[in-house]
Amino acid sequence: MLMDTPDELLAHDAAQGSRSAFSALLARHYDRLYGLCWRLTGDRAEAEDLTQDICASLPTRLQGWRAEARFTTWLYRVAVNAAHDRRRRRASHARAASGWGNWEINRQAELAEGAALQDWLTAAMAELPEDLRDTLALTLGEGLTQSETAAILNIPEGTVAWRMSEARKRLRALAQNEATP
Amino acid sequence: MTRDPQDDPQDPFDRLARALRDAAPPPDAGARDRAMARAMEKFDELHQGNAAEARPNQDRPRISAGFLTGVRNMLSHLTSKPTLAATTSVAALCLGLFIVLPGQNGPSRTRTVSTPPANTQAARPTTPAPTRPHEAAPTAGTPVAEIAAAGTVGTETAMTDIAVAATSETGTPALELAETESGRAELAGPLVEMVDMAAPAAPSPTQPASVPRANGIARIQMNAAPNAVSQSAESAPPALDAELARIMPTDTEAYANAAPNPVKVTAEMPVSTFSADVDTASYAVIRSSLMAGALPPKDAVRIEEMVNYFPYAYPAPAADEAPFRASVDVMATPWNKDTRLVRIGLQGRLPAITDRPPLNLVFLIDTSGSMQDPDKLPLLKQSLRLMLDQLRPEDQIAMVTYAGSAGEVLTPTPASDRARVLAALDQLDAGGATAGAEGLALAYRTAAGMASDGEVTRILLATDGDFNVGISDPKALTDYIAQKRDEGSYLSVLGFGRGNLDDATMQALAQNGNGQAAYIDTLQEARKVLVDQLSGALFPIADDVKIQVEWNPATVAEYRLIGYETRALTREDFSNDKVDAGEIGAGHTVTALYEITAPGSPALRNAPLRYAAPAVDAAIDADANAGTDGELGHLRLRYKAPGEDVSRLIETPILAGQQGDDADARFAAAIAGFGQLLAGDKYLGDWGWDQAIALASDSRGEDVFGYRSEAVGLMRLAKALAGE
Repeated sequence: MLMDTPDELLAHDAAQGSRSAFSALLARHYDRLYGLCWRLTGDRAEAEDLTQDICASLPTRLQGWRAEARFTTWLYRVAVNAAHDRRRRRASHARAASGWGNWEINRQAELAEGAALQDWLTAAMAELPEDLRDTLALTLGEGLTQSETAAILNIPEGTVAWRMSEARKRLRALAQNEATP
Repeated sequence: MTRDPQDDPQDPFDRLARALRDAAPPPDAGARDRAMARAMEKFDELHQGNAAEARPNQDRPRISAGFLTGVRNMLSHLTSKPTLAATTSVAALCLGLFIVLPGQNGPSRTRTVSTPPANTQAARPTTPAPTRPHEAAPTAGTPVAEIAAAGTVGTETAMTDIAVAATSETGTPALELAETESGRAELAGPLVEMVDMAAPAAPSPTQPASVPRANGIARIQMNAAPNAVSQSAESAPPALDAELARIMPTDTEAYANAAPNPVKVTAEMPVSTFSADVDTASYAVIRSSLMAGALPPKDAVRIEEMVNYFPYAYPAPAADEAPFRASVDVMATPWNKDTRLVRIGLQGRLPAITDRPPLNLVFLIDTSGSMQDPDKLPLLKQSLRLMLDQLRPEDQIAMVTYAGSAGEVLTPTPASDRARVLAALDQLDAGGATAGAEGLALAYRTAAGMASDGEVTRILLATDGDFNVGISDPKALTDYIAQKRDEGSYLSVLGFGRGNLDDATMQALAQNGNGQAAYIDTLQEARKVLVDQLSGALFPIADDVKIQVEWNPATVAEYRLIGYETRALTREDFSNDKVDAGEIGAGHTVTALYEITAPGSPALRNAPLRYAAPAVDAAIDADANAGTDGELGHLRLRYKAPGEDVSRLIETPILAGQQGDDADARFAAAIAGFGQLLAGDKYLGDWGWDQAIALASDSRGEDVFGYRSEAVGLMRLAKALAGE
């Protein structure tokens, strides 16, 4: 019965205390959430931890669920904010601890996953500032539109567009540097 | 542009896009299970409290609502025609049975299932589902029954009784409606109002447009109920749509109440625990309904608040005693010669007014558009002017308004600067939407700025009940208020005007803020609340006052606490200092009445159990001659001195010999009877309006303020409205 129930209804029931609704909601969205967390952090273990933190905070956060946005939009917003909080907490650990920096170190351990592409991805993402990374994770990674992304990040649509073109510029510059070392 | 399938494999941006899309590692199953398990744990932690019995003294049950709220809830839940038709038919059938109940519950009845104050589901908010009037419109020509029936869905008391009645009385729905003259009190005010509003606009051949108010209810239901049972919704006309749309916004009052306390068997449950209550809002709401020519909604009746509305002359505590003193009396029950009433009266000490500490008052005033009625903001202004005269130069006043944006309209000002206070008061103007939470936060900040040692800080929230809590949920709001209470700022709530009064929220706020919720309908009431009781309402002398009575099964076989349904505590809460309870202010009196029945009395309502151990019988045998000399029970009181965390205990036995039959006691009993008549309680037998009026009238006593005479007048009015 739960398979066809819209997210929004499940979220409402879960906020009212329905265990089965909450469980169904989690099962339905864990993979997607994990994917976003990976795109936001660039590190597998980090993404797993972050996803777990978000899941554990969902019961409380759902209390504030007001059905003002689609559930996925709301969930993305929760995830992006959680990722920000986590980065802030880790700020004292210096940039090196940031996932995209770790990637290079951990790369050897993760053989099966198209090493060349990821090397490049790692290098590219590590080159970009956090706000651009988040924006790209949502637009390119999750395939969201600019307006959806703007709603999740709580910024004007124009800013998303600007960040996209900024990312494009920086990546081109990066590619030229690589070409002419 | 970014997701162009024709993207350039060499363009770094498109490469990144592909990488982000495709390179994500698959989620690890172990991590997934761990995360989900952790989340479920959190979920259970958060919700385990909800599964257990809610603690009514903290938050009044939020399920209750007026009849119309019930309609709205139902319409927003059910949008498909067949569902609606089916449900309303069932509900209408239940209504028919429900009305018969008073007859069933007469003196010959044996046992009634007590109704738990439940079914929050019925009133829960849904995702914004727009009511679609056309689809939702009920059957042709049956508007009132549909509304009334839907209303019973929304009122919490009805469902279990209905279910019980339905199983035993199936097949006798409509015909018995003719006998419902006595059942009208059960159905209370909103129905009367709805009949008036709905009947003229949706006439049908069998139903004259100008139905006289007194007879309208029974007649329309007689017409409507059978139709609703037999008809389907195929021919739903739009006739009611506009009508529904018109009536629904006019009455959004929600009341806090629970099913009346049942008779309890001492041997099974000897201990009764509840929190003190000094609120009086219910009485004022009832008065305002009656003065407007309608019986009050049943849910608006809280008997303890009616009884506590009146001052009683209990002996005051001596200077070296606890801040309040308990008096216990036993008297004959006016409505039952075979039972006794036990009256427990608490009298708070009244410190000399000259000794009182300086007051810091923050008025948090709702200036939303709905406040512009003459009985709201203008009455509030007059009330505050009256109060100003009672304050002293060292007292400070501040005013904060909330409506759209919150603002401090009067910075903390000494009460002696009358001109400035009055000028600020005059400039108050209603307009804008309500955003209560923001105003509340500002009021607390202002209060914190005014507070200093030895002073009493209190926020007086004046609203017509449209207290929009803004971003957060009511639970978060009451938690917030409770936290501020612990930091030293108390909150009282003054309700104004009718039609939008969110009694339940008012109660919850005031109870969590250690304050009083009062409803102000006239300038006279403003004087009573703000001026006569200035000291009591504003100076707490005892916090978290809990009352527990352990009845002696040898002398009391059954007992019933009259009122205090929403103040019930569990037995163990009594000695748990973390559990909040009511406060008593300087000079306050609190009265509680129990109706008790002796073993072997013909008035016993519960037959002995067949399988239970006869231990109690043995106790009775051993104590057979103790009779009226023995202890009826033992009264325990707990309270905290203001600001303390550890409660103190007062104990006193309840002796059968404590005969007290003074005018105060008889008047309290008359008011308790009045409340039960209004609420349609079932324990009064033949005792009716005439007896209640006679008893109240004879026991008016000195009645300096005229409160009791007014009550007698209201009882006469209620009798007339009840059609007797």
